[in-house]
Amino acid sequence: MRHIISVLVENKFGVLSRISGLFSGRGFNIESLSVGETIDPTVSFMTIVTTGDDQIIEQITKQLNKLIDVIKVIDFMDVEHVEREMVLAKVAPKKEDRAELLRLAEIFRGRIIDSGSTTYTIEVTGDEKKIAAFVELMKSYGIKEFARTGKVAMAREGKKQR
Amino acid sequence: MKISGAEILVESLKKEGVKHIFGYPGGVVLNIFDVLYNEKDIKFILTRHEQGAIHAADGYARASGKVGVAIVTSGPGATNTVTGIATASMDSVPFVVFSGQVPTMLIGNDAFQEADIVGITRPCTKYNYLVKDVKDLARIIREAFHIASTGRPGPVLIDMPKDVSAGKTDFEWPQHVHIKSYNPTYEGNKRMIRQAAHEMIHAKRLVIMAGGGVIISDASKELKELAEFLNAPVTMTLMGLGGFPGSHSLSMGMLGMHGTYYANMAVQNSDLLIGIGVRFDDRVTGKTNSFAANARIIHIDIDPTSIRKNVRVDIPIVGDVKRVLREMLKDLKEEGKKKQWSAIKKAWLKQIDKWRKEKPLSYTYDNKVIKPEFVVEKIYELSEGDAIICTEVGQNQMWAAQFFKYDKPRRWLSSGGLGTMGYGFPAAIGAQLASPGQLVIDIAGDGSIQMNVQELATAVINKLPVKVAILNNGYLGMVRQWQELFFNERYSHSRLDVVPDFVKVAEAYGAIGLRASKPEEVEPVLKKAFKIKDKPVFMDFVVDWREKVYPMVPAGAAIDEMIFEEEETKTEKKLKAVK
Repeated sequence: MRHIISVLVENKFGVLSRISGLFSGRGFNIESLSVGETIDPTVSFMTIVTTGDDQIIEQITKQLNKLIDVIKVIDFMDVEHVEREMVLAKVAPKKEDRAELLRLAEIFRGRIIDSGSTTYTIEVTGDEKKIAAFVELMKSYGIKEFARTGKVAMAREGKKQR
Repeated sequence: MKISGAEILVESLKKEGVKHIFGYPGGVVLNIFDVLYNEKDIKFILTRHEQGAIHAADGYARASGKVGVAIVTSGPGATNTVTGIATASMDSVPFVVFSGQVPTMLIGNDAFQEADIVGITRPCTKYNYLVKDVKDLARIIREAFHIASTGRPGPVLIDMPKDVSAGKTDFEWPQHVHIKSYNPTYEGNKRMIRQAAHEMIHAKRLVIMAGGGVIISDASKELKELAEFLNAPVTMTLMGLGGFPGSHSLSMGMLGMHGTYYANMAVQNSDLLIGIGVRFDDRVTGKTNSFAANARIIHIDIDPTSIRKNVRVDIPIVGDVKRVLREMLKDLKEEGKKKQWSAIKKAWLKQIDKWRKEKPLSYTYDNKVIKPEFVVEKIYELSEGDAIICTEVGQNQMWAAQFFKYDKPRRWLSSGGLGTMGYGFPAAIGAQLASPGQLVIDIAGDGSIQMNVQELATAVINKLPVKVAILNNGYLGMVRQWQELFFNERYSHSRLDVVPDFVKVAEAYGAIGLRASKPEEVEPVLKKAFKIKDKPVFMDFVVDWREKVYPMVPAGAAIDEMIFEEEETKTEKKLKAVK
């Protein structure tokens, strides 16, 4: 099962390495990871996407909680939540496809953030399905470069952890 | 008044009540050692290897319950501590290691004697620090001692760059420790405890399995009360020995790979198993899906990650063992003893007694050659059980666990989780310093004693009367045993060909060396050794090299699938007949 786990941690050097070391040392996999400061600059927010059966996820959340620098762990599997990820894709369409590509980007509410003589760079934000559909479509136009942020997630208002 | 980081370090240690430091000097810690030069309140014990220093701090901590302290230099000094830190981490032993580091501005430059020890020890410490500013030092030391000794204890490392120990600032000892993300759970969930108590009363075949957590939490008294109230048999893990009196009629001794037949049978046939301060290590459970297959399992431990890591648990209770047991006893007493209940418990104890008589822990005495079990038995007899026993790892460790009955906690010091050969002797040095006047014995093998034999010098100089009983069989005995049983007697590199003359080794260091080659010499050698009060003693017991540790559960088998001594001789005889 795929889980999105958010971890509030002390914003200190070495913390990322403690978290990633916990995963690698126990043979758990990290599919994506994003880190950023919170409103409180002494605290960072990490969002980790990982897979495992219930026992593995239980171990992961317990082991995360056990780390001294971890303040809070939320497994969004149990919570009504919204999730977003952003991708940047530099696409090089044939001349005749350029107009269609722009229309497609619009359908995905993508923005063209850079354009050259042969390429467009498109920014798209969305949940997992939307991003996957967008990437699939873009492939046929020839993706030159590709970058993604990894997921971030947040609980919906009033929906507490089950 | 501004004082140096080195002075802050020593002042902080005094605030923490530290009396002994183990360690080894080197380039980047010279500021610290300069402060220690005139130090009167803290005794510095110079070992002969950094690994020795760490194991000694570990032994000191296990024997006393206090936080051990070690100071080493950067680079090789720091990396030499890794085995000792990992040993303590696996066995939840509290100590603080101070490692020197190259000056802050040189970190990352591959400077002379630089090692990223914070990175190296990250997975085997409970926490570690790189001090970047001398102003943080006092707070970090205060936090380190707090983290090491609370919750599930463990080793903490503080890496101190040279400019931090030289830098000056005002010394302010923090009154309180506040780490917002570190709050161990001490009180168990009341509802769970009540539920557990209820099931314990109604269980027909109840078994208590006690581990190292009982000792760390100082809960032996509560455990004894619980067992006696329920009339429940108790088995102990290797780490739990001494948590419940080994000579008590309810004790079944150790369980697991080399546990007693009756302990393993009792666990396998139980209908309710209570794991107290244990982590269900694979050496204890054997094949996990057939471990206590018909039992409900109650698991009490302070570390939530231990619960449901290896075995399924029906009633998890996260909390400090002592507090949970106290609460549980209250609940049990409220429920009270029931009449029909004692008959049921008696029937179960009778069954266990039957198993005990069927296959007791035993060995075959020989009057020509010394059996290693005989040596351990004699040590138990002559010390009247009043000794701190340290062990190395392998056969010596298992015989020491089986044939010595530990009645009190903190009398059994052994590397359980990591299984570190070379642990016992330096640990014995630490234990002797923590308990002056107490008989301290390291039960060793001829292989493992050579892994930290240099510490003889430390023991001699500090006049520590540590006794080392070397069960000398010329082999890495446990490896040889596995090769004999599972690898067609192909003794690949387990024979030690050259074993030094341990009597001469001892004498070369200025210690006493004694030897026994025949069974009748064992007692006089031990008696002579026990009388020596000012020097370490090596006792070289030339033992039967064929002897194996029994019973034994082959790796990966269920714990009631045990091999016994007599069965093995039977198959040997059969093989001979075929030939």
